Amino acid sequence: MAEKIIELKNVTKYFDDNLVIDNISFYVKKGEFITFLGPSGCGKTTTLRMIAGFDLPTSGQILLNGKDVSQLPPNKRPVNTVFQRYALFPHLNVFENIAFGLRCKKVENTYENSKGERYTKRERLSKKEISEKVKKALEIVDLEGFEKRSISTLSGGQQQRVAIARAIVNEPEILLLDEPLGALDLKMRKEMQIELKEIHRRLGITFIYVTHDQEEALTMSDTIVVMADGVVQQIGTPKGIYDEPANTFVADFIGESNIFNGKVVGEKQVKFCGKTFACLDEFGLNEIVDVVVRPEDLKMCAPEEGMLKGEVLSVVFKGIHYEITVQVGKYEIVVQSTESREIGEKIGLCVSPDGIHLMKPRYTSNVFDGVITKRNTVEFADGEFDCDVTQLYPGSRLDEEDYLITAAGEKIDLTGVEVRVEVGLSDISISDDAEAGGTTGHIISIIYKGDHYRLIVRTEEEEEDFVLSTDDLWNENDFVSVIIPKDKIKLTLKNQEAKK
Amino acid sequence: MKIPRFSRKTLGIPYAVFLLFFVIIPMLVILFYAFTTGVKDPVTGAESFSFSFSNFLRFFSDPTKLSTIVYSLVIALVTTVLCLLIAYPVAYILARSKLKKKFVILMLFVLPMWINFVLRVNALREIFNLLSLAPALEGLTSANYFKTIFGMVYDFLPFMILPLYTTIMKIDQSLYEASADLGGGAFTTFTRVTLPLSMPGIMSGVTMVFLPSMTNYVVSDMLGNAKVTIIGKFIYEYFGNDWHMGSMVALVLLIVVFLSSWLSGGFTADENVRGTNL
Repeated sequence: MAEKIIELKNVTKYFDDNLVIDNISFYVKKGEFITFLGPSGCGKTTTLRMIAGFDLPTSGQILLNGKDVSQLPPNKRPVNTVFQRYALFPHLNVFENIAFGLRCKKVENTYENSKGERYTKRERLSKKEISEKVKKALEIVDLEGFEKRSISTLSGGQQQRVAIARAIVNEPEILLLDEPLGALDLKMRKEMQIELKEIHRRLGITFIYVTHDQEEALTMSDTIVVMADGVVQQIGTPKGIYDEPANTFVADFIGESNIFNGKVVGEKQVKFCGKTFACLDEFGLNEIVDVVVRPEDLKMCAPEEGMLKGEVLSVVFKGIHYEITVQVGKYEIVVQSTESREIGEKIGLCVSPDGIHLMKPRYTSNVFDGVITKRNTVEFADGEFDCDVTQLYPGSRLDEEDYLITAAGEKIDLTGVEVRVEVGLSDISISDDAEAGGTTGHIISIIYKGDHYRLIVRTEEEEEDFVLSTDDLWNENDFVSVIIPKDKIKLTLKNQEAKK
Repeated sequence: MKIPRFSRKTLGIPYAVFLLFFVIIPMLVILFYAFTTGVKDPVTGAESFSFSFSNFLRFFSDPTKLSTIVYSLVIALVTTVLCLLIAYPVAYILARSKLKKKFVILMLFVLPMWINFVLRVNALREIFNLLSLAPALEGLTSANYFKTIFGMVYDFLPFMILPLYTTIMKIDQSLYEASADLGGGAFTTFTRVTLPLSMPGIMSGVTMVFLPSMTNYVVSDMLGNAKVTIIGKFIYEYFGNDWHMGSMVALVLLIVVFLSSWLSGGFTADENVRGTNL
């Protein structure tokens, strides 16, 4: 096994009171090209910045070659960064930008004096050494002869190359790249992807790359770390992650996916879209699972031969393939094919067992910590909801003063009692009328599951998440209120020794 | 209805008129007076002018005038350097601090600018008078240069802080990070990134302090017991009775100012060149 060059152990990071990185641990092998992939705000850049030393972890350790560097300042770490907006020094020309790090550096030289004694001196690099190294770095990024150019006269792509040269000239053990291609146009980006990969091959050092572009990650990386909400979702090779996503988030984020709710009905048998399919993953009988089918794993065939029958809803030409949406019963299924179909055409769909991926659902219900208020409502997730408190004590009832009378005739004041609140995914509805529900929040995630959408609504203050299913189409970041019917709120006492 | 359309040219006319009457013509008048002498006809009272270099010769052969120029320059220089030394750390700390209310602190530094200038100088004089009553501080009574420079630094400090603050604020945070990332410690980052990038702010601050402190004789009059004469005072006095000499002094000052801005401008350009060849 290759040497671990950097290892994160239980790293957690708070910005003020916001949890940005939630206890992540992983390691990077020497010489590999590793990518942190995730949507914006998932903590990938923060992780990179902690490795560079710009942010310090709140807790946990960062080990570099086995030594703890978590508290070292950036200038004491053998890593260099290519910044998102390049961060080139505007007052220096190309040569001086690249030479900046070399001029800061001191090397140990050994000399022999007239008596033949050897001694070492810490010295700055000589002018000649610096200009040779800069020249070499410029050659690597294909910018020979640009030494005297001022930064402001360079194009975006050229600035990008200078930024890379400025970092690699210091011969770091790890090169960190923070969305370095984000500001370039598509064609340029593709070219730079290949070139970066080539530079990685030539230098042989470890590259840690941050991007939100899944295609970029798949193209360039040896290993991908998929992150969301400050948590590592999956670590694996590009192929491994694409073929066997660990959960629906990864499946949805990387590549196109059809995601369905399914149920295991037998050994390697799963039922979804109203049909039973053979599959390769083993789960317990009757277990509820998420089913992921990649659009390219679905084959179109004659209606009578298909496992699923449907009608073509739309056909979009995508260059290499057609993206065909098929209405199967109440489900919409996306298929990729090099063949086109007519809209309205009846077709069948086939999928082989290795095209069906089963995974444990990320969410089965919503659980919150709540407190019973004076008015016999329950307070949780920044809001207050009507609920039936009599379910806490079987056989109990409320008297006219709203005190709870237990089956044994005991009178209980429930005010301030801590309870566990459970709400099913399909029992929550949302509305754009802020007054309509018990609490409000923003939609932070939307995943289409064939016949419905699975949304996550996050409240503003406590950042509690409600996971819910809806047939309606909403947009990410919509501000909504969360409505839960009184009889759908399941309460259990948190502390069985509740005050009497 | 036809909406009148102004071209840029027509909109520029008022400014051109302003420049003509308030800048170009007065300059020519000064130039005219500086190189003429006037003889008043005792009967009619009309003045007849004749071209002459006598003002010029009088000025440069008078040691008091020359020393006043040198004094003014030294006072202005000392004031500017002190302002810069005091203002830079303030601006730097404020610009880079993460304080949410930092503009309040900045305001406190700038607030004196909103109080009448003469009042402030007067107050300062009274404070000095009060302090000099103490036997240990008796020397303060005659420390005219010290008090003048103190007053000038006090008055002109906000003009140094503001441009420095805005320039340092504008420096991209990621440049500090880039410097640290490339191995630069705090000192290297300051000398090789922060300082060169705040040069425009330093230059405008220096200009805004240096020029007024050469001519603002209110401070030197009130705090220096009228013992400190700077060039501005000269001009004021001459325009009481001898416009020709006054114009000459004004002209000399103009040239000194022009030369010093030109030198400082040249200095910035030089700084860039030096930066690249470090």
